Amino acid sequence: MSVVFYLLAALTVAGGLAAVMLKNTVHCALALTVAFAGLALFFLDLDAQFAGFAQILVYIGAVAILVVFAILLTKGSETPKDGVYSRNWLAGLAIAAGVFAVLGWAVLQSARVLPGPGGTPTATPEVTVKEIGNALMGRYVLPLEIVALLLTAALIGAVIVAMHEKEGAK
Amino acid sequence: MLGEGILKGLAETARNFAGSFVSAERLTTVQYPEQRIAPIEQTRDFPFLVYDGKDWEAGMRCVACQICEKECPPKCIYIVKSTDKKPDALGKMQIYPARFDIDISVCMSCQICVEVCPFEAIKMDTEFELSATDRFGGLLLDRRQLAKSNEYYHRIHPTEAAEVDARLAGEKAKSDAKAKAATAAAAAKAAAAPAKPAAAPSPAATDAAPAASTAPAETDVAPGGNAAGNPTLGPAEGESRA
Amino acid sequence: MSEKADQIFVLLQHWLVSLLPAGWQQPGGVVLAVLVIICLFPALFALAVWMERKGLGRIQNRLGPNRVGPFGLLQPIADGIKSLTKEDIVPRSADAAVHFLAPVVLVVTVFMGFAVLPMGRNMVLADMDAGLLFYFAMGASTELAVFMAGWSSRNKYSLLGAMRAVAQMISYEVVLLLSSVAVVMMSGSLSLTRIVEAQNHYSWGLPHWYIFTPWGCAGFVMYAIAATAETNRSPFDLPEGESELVAGYHTEYSGFKFALFFLGEYLAMFSISGLGTTLFLGGWSAPFSWLGWVPSWIWFFAKLMLSIFVFIWMRGTLPRLRQDQLMNFAWKFVLPMCLLNLLVAGLWRFMGDGWPRWVVCSAILVLAYVGMGWGEMRRKHFGARSYRYAE
Repeated sequence: MSVVFYLLAALTVAGGLAAVMLKNTVHCALALTVAFAGLALFFLDLDAQFAGFAQILVYIGAVAILVVFAILLTKGSETPKDGVYSRNWLAGLAIAAGVFAVLGWAVLQSARVLPGPGGTPTATPEVTVKEIGNALMGRYVLPLEIVALLLTAALIGAVIVAMHEKEGAK
Repeated sequence: MLGEGILKGLAETARNFAGSFVSAERLTTVQYPEQRIAPIEQTRDFPFLVYDGKDWEAGMRCVACQICEKECPPKCIYIVKSTDKKPDALGKMQIYPARFDIDISVCMSCQICVEVCPFEAIKMDTEFELSATDRFGGLLLDRRQLAKSNEYYHRIHPTEAAEVDARLAGEKAKSDAKAKAATAAAAAKAAAAPAKPAAAPSPAATDAAPAASTAPAETDVAPGGNAAGNPTLGPAEGESRA
Repeated sequence: MSEKADQIFVLLQHWLVSLLPAGWQQPGGVVLAVLVIICLFPALFALAVWMERKGLGRIQNRLGPNRVGPFGLLQPIADGIKSLTKEDIVPRSADAAVHFLAPVVLVVTVFMGFAVLPMGRNMVLADMDAGLLFYFAMGASTELAVFMAGWSSRNKYSLLGAMRAVAQMISYEVVLLLSSVAVVMMSGSLSLTRIVEAQNHYSWGLPHWYIFTPWGCAGFVMYAIAATAETNRSPFDLPEGESELVAGYHTEYSGFKFALFFLGEYLAMFSISGLGTTLFLGGWSAPFSWLGWVPSWIWFFAKLMLSIFVFIWMRGTLPRLRQDQLMNFAWKFVLPMCLLNLLVAGLWRFMGDGWPRWVVCSAILVLAYVGMGWGEMRRKHFGARSYRYAE
């Protein structure tokens, strides 16, 4: 719980709040990017280099761009006339609190299972990229292959949708 | 093979780059304004008025016919005719432009004024370093600035100037010959008129009417213009004058 | 002696840092290195701008600027003064905050990329285990800055330029990553210092640079193509094409902000050339073993400037590619070649040392290139002009 942690926490929470409270949708998307960056910095603070850089590369470099493109290509970039706050915000708050409770319980349970900073040194493995690679190719090869299949399906689907559009126009 | 064109292109530009240090044909730039490349003969920039001889006012060929002013597409020529007349190159009394302004900020160098001028009075200059420090005032050239001598014209466009001079000399020669023939015929007519007054009244009378109508028009038209040189006009002219 | 010359900057840094009190030494060293990078690369940027204008001029049968200073060497300074003193115009309907932040984000992320480049022996700012991944993460953030610039200007041309630029950058990012993955495979590490050290061996005086292997050569060519597209450089500079889109996503920027975009573009060129040098050209290692006495940082910067010269050469030679031609090229030609390159790199690794692997790998790559090229050319009808209208 150092100064860095609090600063990053403030940054991430501010980004998240701005993402839902700002009027301009593209501003919201950029605030979301700030929240992603905050998360990436958290990963780096925890010495999870691969996770941090992959977060920047994937989330900021691809997902954020996707979000802004989606906002641009639809009419979302205009300020909504009815205001940004929805009418059933109480239900939204309740659901968010419920999700937060579940996640918090899961995190606290895992903190009890894994050894803390003062635990046995051999229990925490050195998380280098090499270890991640070994794990992906050894223990987690089945999830890797399934994700690859999913990505291939998505790619083929995108190609088919684009091709169909061309044929439909003809 | 794919990519062959790119490699050939890269080789060509490399040759350009390396050659620009050693050969002058690869580096065709000169250090303007210290060095200048001489313009080719057909260069044209803005018009100027040609004058013959030493005096620019007396020798100016322009007779303020205003054809160039009417034909100029952007209307950059402004002419004010004079009220008196001065003798032109052929000795005839012509009006001259009291004011002849060309706005070179408007002129588009189309050369139409040169093409339509019947007097070879306006030609294209090759000067382009005409920038002025005041906004547009310095770009309005008056007739003093536009008047340049025939020798200057020979310097900048030698073949064109030689051709123009030959043409003007030819016309002058033709009009001189016509004048000489007219005076000779008039003298002959004056000598022959008392000899045969009754022999030529009817053919002369029928000839005199159309001749009388064309004769006054002839004196106003250009000296080198469409003088038909009708031989029967001689005795008819002499007849009307007498 | 040559050892000292090689490590002169490291020794200088140690000496300067030792002047500070003990607690401040470690952050002081880092700050010093950061300051050096912040001062050195913009100076190199000025040199590159001068090289570009003179080089392009010579290629185009003319001199470049030669009035300001001897051989026009002070021209970049004149340009800098001009951009600093120009009026900073922000359109009234533009999104002021995002308009201001876009060049800032661009320059910051581009500068971050320099942190992992090994510029000499023991001369890395941050020797990270996942250095290559960090570099690509920063490159991905650059795209966001480009988009921000284009959108905040409230200008059709800027927006079009930004969208084209982002689409182009994303497509070629894939190519960039895949061509680097082959290098990562062969050297076994994502850390750039390890990659350079893996190439720093010599046999018969010739170095083991990855460009001298079949898969490395193909990988380098594809990396170079992707690098040119990533930095929006000719022939891929449609997003900022002067004759098409005014100035693309930096149309509405004037004065210092435009200078920042310009700086960002050239710095991106430097850092991507630096990465290419590290991955394929052996980084700071000398071309021949008997040239090892020359300091390592000289080799790195020489290779960097050579890459810049090749960029300028390509700009002076090649016509601009149209957007759809660009994207077709990336997805239909370069990407399959990249994947094939990965396969060939794997084959290279597992066939063991000796001449068979050279023949097999080269044959596969050359056949694939010629085959695909022939296939693409056949589909194009170079006869009478045919028109294809947009649907």
